[in-house]
Amino acid sequence: MSDRKKAVGVETIGMTMRFGAFTALDDVSIKVPAGSFHALLGENGAGKSTLVKCMMGFYHPTAGDILVDRREVAITSPKDASALGLGMVYQHFTLVPSLTGAENLVIAREKVPGIIDWRKERAALAQFMQRMPFKLPLDVKVAELAAGEKQKLEIIKQLYLGRSFLVLDEPTSVLTPGEAQEVLGLVRGMTKAGDLTVLMISHKFHEVTAFADDITVLRKGRLTGTGKVSELSHKRMAAMMIGDQPIAALDSRAPVPVGARQILTVKALKAPDRTGLKTIHIGALDVKSGEIVGVAGISGNGQKEFLEVLAGQRARDAGDVLVKGSPYGASRAEARTLNVRFIPEEPLRNACAPRMTVAENMAFRTFDLNEAGKPINWIKMSAIRDYAARLVEHFKVKTASLASPISSLSGGNVQRAVLARELTGEVDLLIVSNPCFGLDFSAVAEIRARIMKARNAGAAVLLMSEDLDELLELSDRIFVMSDGALVYETPIAQASVQTIGEHMAGHH
Amino acid sequence: MDSTEIGLWGVPLAMLGGAIRVSTPFIFVSLGEAITERSGRINLGLEGTLVFGAMTAYAVAVMTGSPWLGLLAAAAAGLCFGLFHGWICKFRGVNDIAIGIALMLFGSGLAFFFGKPFIQPSAPDLPAIPFGGWSDVPQVQAALNVNVLFLIGAALAVFLWWAFRNTRAGLILRVVGDSSDAARAMGLNPNTVRLLATGLGGALAGIGGAYLSLYYPGSWTEGISSGQGLMAVALVIFARWNPLGCFAAALLFGGAGALGPALQSVGVTQGYYLFYAAPYILTLIIMIATSSPSRSLAGAPGELSITK
Ligand SMILES: Nc1ncnc2c1ncn2[C@@H]1O[C@H](COP(=O)(O)OP(=O)(O)O)[C@@H](O)[C@H]1O
Ligand SMILES: [Mg+2]
Repeated sequence: MSDRKKAVGVETIGMTMRFGAFTALDDVSIKVPAGSFHALLGENGAGKSTLVKCMMGFYHPTAGDILVDRREVAITSPKDASALGLGMVYQHFTLVPSLTGAENLVIAREKVPGIIDWRKERAALAQFMQRMPFKLPLDVKVAELAAGEKQKLEIIKQLYLGRSFLVLDEPTSVLTPGEAQEVLGLVRGMTKAGDLTVLMISHKFHEVTAFADDITVLRKGRLTGTGKVSELSHKRMAAMMIGDQPIAALDSRAPVPVGARQILTVKALKAPDRTGLKTIHIGALDVKSGEIVGVAGISGNGQKEFLEVLAGQRARDAGDVLVKGSPYGASRAEARTLNVRFIPEEPLRNACAPRMTVAENMAFRTFDLNEAGKPINWIKMSAIRDYAARLVEHFKVKTASLASPISSLSGGNVQRAVLARELTGEVDLLIVSNPCFGLDFSAVAEIRARIMKARNAGAAVLLMSEDLDELLELSDRIFVMSDGALVYETPIAQASVQTIGEHMAGHH
Repeated sequence: MDSTEIGLWGVPLAMLGGAIRVSTPFIFVSLGEAITERSGRINLGLEGTLVFGAMTAYAVAVMTGSPWLGLLAAAAAGLCFGLFHGWICKFRGVNDIAIGIALMLFGSGLAFFFGKPFIQPSAPDLPAIPFGGWSDVPQVQAALNVNVLFLIGAALAVFLWWAFRNTRAGLILRVVGDSSDAARAMGLNPNTVRLLATGLGGALAGIGGAYLSLYYPGSWTEGISSGQGLMAVALVIFARWNPLGCFAAALLFGGAGALGPALQSVGVTQGYYLFYAAPYILTLIIMIATSSPSRSLAGAPGELSITK
């Protein structure tokens, strides 16, 4: 742990992984030389995580070999991998939330004494942290750290364990642009010094260009390209990733008419956050007809709670939420008369009943109304099916049948089904949260196009997203939420990633 | 005994003595349950384990003449119950709460079945230490006659509190209880850790049962437990899974439980029976006071099925 080993190089030869009849990885050979920074690119579902999990001994590949420093090795468990100096920072945090940083580091070690002498361990940790380029509080519970700090701790943990080859699976998806620079800069420096080899999974081209030496691209389990970053354009990389599938184009943005009607008004809203220790406080927010207002922020800064208040899932302590001038409490009747529609994040969990059929899920808004919009007592399954069939066709939802459970659909198609339900009929206010999280290129493009269409048709859209690129592409105005409050507002014409990032990090 | 001699002072004194006497089974069951729940599983079967432990301890003490052998036998029986619970729960789709309820009924039923012949004979008691020798007041002497198991329980609470943060085993237990994924990424097997934690929890509940039949009330009857095993589970939750909190809460419960008898002993003749319900009312009040609709339970192990 103290004297770090030098960087090692890793190669895979003919890596193949089948899950039953499905081939997730097909004869993939990649080469990551010692001391290099390698980027692994590919769409969601391309097999990137599968490949690195095979390298880490989490999966046992159907076929293929791994070479470490040009010697063939057998890696059958994560323990084997760590004995060879191979480590990984997972897409989802693997720190234990109720333990402190120090406890997390010590317990992750190969050999932990039966009784832990904390005085000695603290001293050793302090010494170790002195060689790290950033400071971290090690005595608070991990649950109380911000996402960026957690990610740094994950990386520090790997370094503490003496890794000489590090896999980072989409390491910056939870970081502000500034934090991402800092963290990647740190590992980049270590590769340059020859202390570390890095294999980073990413789909952010600007990061790849700024930090990586070489790339490997996967598509549908196959290797579709490799090369030096310095010789490849973003366009070329994108082509390797997505092939030649059609991508929906965004409608051009109709100008917001002057004097457009104010649809959503939030005034002096106060609500407890999920720990109950802090409150979120929204001073004033308004969204006009025909505009998209984006809310940026790192997850855990109160966006979720704000959304829950708007959706009626969380009680508020004070303040008003008005839609078209009338108070809005998120009841079914109010949503119906005021034409409010809602697309929460992780739609399968938050907007669907996973085991009910596609048709039933799509009818949630309308199943108890007749054609004239009057409440009915007897539900007609045939009407529900016909309605769903029309929507499925119109929104191009791919499903085996209308009677399949909605949980059997892929993520993109669940989101299309939810969009179909929410965007059909008159929409005056649309509240959306992270609509494209974890979807592939074509689904992302189509869903953004649908949101833009709704805006151009006169809907007021409140869009919360952790993806800054998405906000910059769609919004007319952007707010930044930090520590439970809206701390910054900018029209899109003056928006700069730099300034927004600083406000996200709370540096103002 | 004439209680008017010290007047109303008899009430707090009797409550103190009662707290010490009544709390011991709560201490053991709740510490056992704290260990189990910290590993991410809940064992509601401890009520059954407690009753079976009481029967086993009494039977073995009658047959061998040694209360200590009885205690050991109760711990072993509890261990078996716990391991059984832990073993069944490792299968997919098995719900730990449902299994716990089944084991609770199973344990009591089995104890009644095997315990029939032991209702009559009398067994030797576990020893107590008279800390009240300095006083001539009989009430003080009675209150400070402390059983060794109470002292062991207090020491155990302090030890567990220390061990949860200063030993490898303690940290591993907390890792498993908080995140199975993190545990697996570390190469730990959550099922094994939970099996052991549930076994240990069962053994401690068995010891709690031994105290019931071998000290207070000190005989084996079918109504020996009045739900201590179940209330201890509630107690762990509002002690926030902290062993020292479990100890304090157990004392509080013991004191509340002693309120009715204490009032009766100073000559309150009406309404005192209402105070017999004090522990149950206390459970409700504390549960309501410490919970909130808008906030998740602080300190709850992340893998616990009731708080997930
Ligand atoms: N354990 C598994 N069982 C079955 N299919 C899997 C499993 N893990 C991944 N897959 C499938 O393999 C494909 C590649 O997944 P993954 O490697 O996670 O993609 P990504 O490139 O987004 O990381 C996906 O279609 C996924 O559904
Ligand atoms: Mg992945």
